[in-house]
Amino acid sequence: MHDESKQGGITHRLESIGRNTVKGIEEVGYAGSLFGESLFWLFAGPKYKQPVRIGSVFAQMMEVGVRAVPIVGVLAATVGVMLAIQGIYTLRIFGAETRVTLGIALSITREFASLITGILVAGRSGSALAARLGTMTINQEIDALKVMGINPVRFLVVPSLIAMLIMVPALTFFADLTGLLAAGLYVSADLDISLAAYFDDVIEALKVDDVMHGLAKSAIFAVLITLIGVANGATVKGGAEGVGRVTTRAVVQSIAAIIVTDMIFAFITTRH
Amino acid sequence: MNSGANPSPQPVIKVRDLVKSYGPRTILKGIDLDIFEGEIMVIMGGSGSGKSTFLRQIMALEQPTSGIVEILGQDLGSMTMGEMFDLRKRMGVAFQGGALISSMTVGENIMLPLSEHTRLDAKTMEIMARLKLEVVDLAGFENLRPNELSGGMLKRAAFARAIIMDPKLLFCDEPSAGLDPVVSAGLDELILRLREAMGITIVVVTHELDSAFRIADRITVLDRGNILMTGTVEEVKNSTNERVQNLLNRRTEEEILDPAEYLARLTGERIETDGPAI
Repeated sequence: MHDESKQGGITHRLESIGRNTVKGIEEVGYAGSLFGESLFWLFAGPKYKQPVRIGSVFAQMMEVGVRAVPIVGVLAATVGVMLAIQGIYTLRIFGAETRVTLGIALSITREFASLITGILVAGRSGSALAARLGTMTINQEIDALKVMGINPVRFLVVPSLIAMLIMVPALTFFADLTGLLAAGLYVSADLDISLAAYFDDVIEALKVDDVMHGLAKSAIFAVLITLIGVANGATVKGGAEGVGRVTTRAVVQSIAAIIVTDMIFAFITTRH
Repeated sequence: MNSGANPSPQPVIKVRDLVKSYGPRTILKGIDLDIFEGEIMVIMGGSGSGKSTFLRQIMALEQPTSGIVEILGQDLGSMTMGEMFDLRKRMGVAFQGGALISSMTVGENIMLPLSEHTRLDAKTMEIMARLKLEVVDLAGFENLRPNELSGGMLKRAAFARAIIMDPKLLFCDEPSAGLDPVVSAGLDELILRLREAMGITIVVVTHELDSAFRIADRITVLDRGNILMTGTVEEVKNSTNERVQNLLNRRTEEEILDPAEYLARLTGERIETDGPAI
């Protein structure tokens, strides 16, 4: 009897793992199909008299990008200063604190600017996208769009995707500049070197590839945040509580996807 | 029967052997129905009867598991995407909760189909939106947001949006649900007025008997995924079908259960029994 119940428990757990795996694969498949559909409407929309509205793209760009500038600036500056503090502290052990600029420049442009921006946009705009889509699904607004002959992917998803693809790299570039400037101010004060000398070092240390590395990653983050937000919002169940659940889920999944992608990207691009 | 019906031998909605299943659950079990031009057809039934699922099939929001749905002479199963877009321009829907886009004003909501499907200038669209708002007695509300409207006003605004393209077909999902009797009667009047003024075919899904009897030319009674009967208001009222009478008199049915099924429902396992029906 005891063995049977133990066996039943294991079977139940295996079933649960299997179900969740299938569900996960389904979600990835759905996000992939959303991406495909978005590309389809972006290019084939005019043929079906359903072009993507530029006005909607600009509205989303304002929301995703322009309104995020202050918080991205503050956090990028904070990370820049933090890198400078830690870098100087570590390198002082070897008496090489003047070499801190190299570490700061590479860390900010290749890693931290895109990562911080991605995480912030996921928390700010990814969650908003999931909540908006979720609420619209619950309120039958998505159904209403369909019966009006307005494709919801073209009307809602594509403008968000384009806005993210433009604004996340733009914010990342802004974070690069802000982070480097803030770090430079700290370094110049702490090590008593001029800001101009610091920036000379930064320019010498950086290659265009380093900046492009961060920007390319941020474009991938933009796609991930949009698709995860939309996929969660569109599959909401259970009213307002369900909207809350998918919003949290979208943020957690986006941040996890960003960090994992960052690691994979870093691994692939440093294998030469 | 209400006056104003103009039955035609050619149905504008033709449904044949429509089956809809979600996984193992079959919701619609072979529906046959014709809805004719200019009539108000009310789809009635209790909770879980399949009326909302049926509405989703004829609004082309879902693909049926099997069967044929023809709208305005076009088979939904064999239409191209372009044909579907064109068909949708000739359909309007007023959803239960209004389903107005919450980020837009009432006026923008009503103009949305025009701005998406026509090349009219902004001024013309505004005039058309105001005209439709007057039709539904909401003149002057175009600059409000949906969350600033009452339940009845939301539904009226949804009607205005549904008729902005002068559709041939209008679908209404539970128009009276959640409204007080006075507001509900006002919406019924609106539905009748729209049919009279525009000659459109209207399909209404409702479980409100008073409303159904007030507006219907014909009523289809759905029960557990099957059509119990289709007929005029008088025919439905005088039906001798026990289930129809139960629905009209708001009586719950005495459920006759198979004991094996009852136990299976409780335990999650099928146990054979020979006991009496519960």
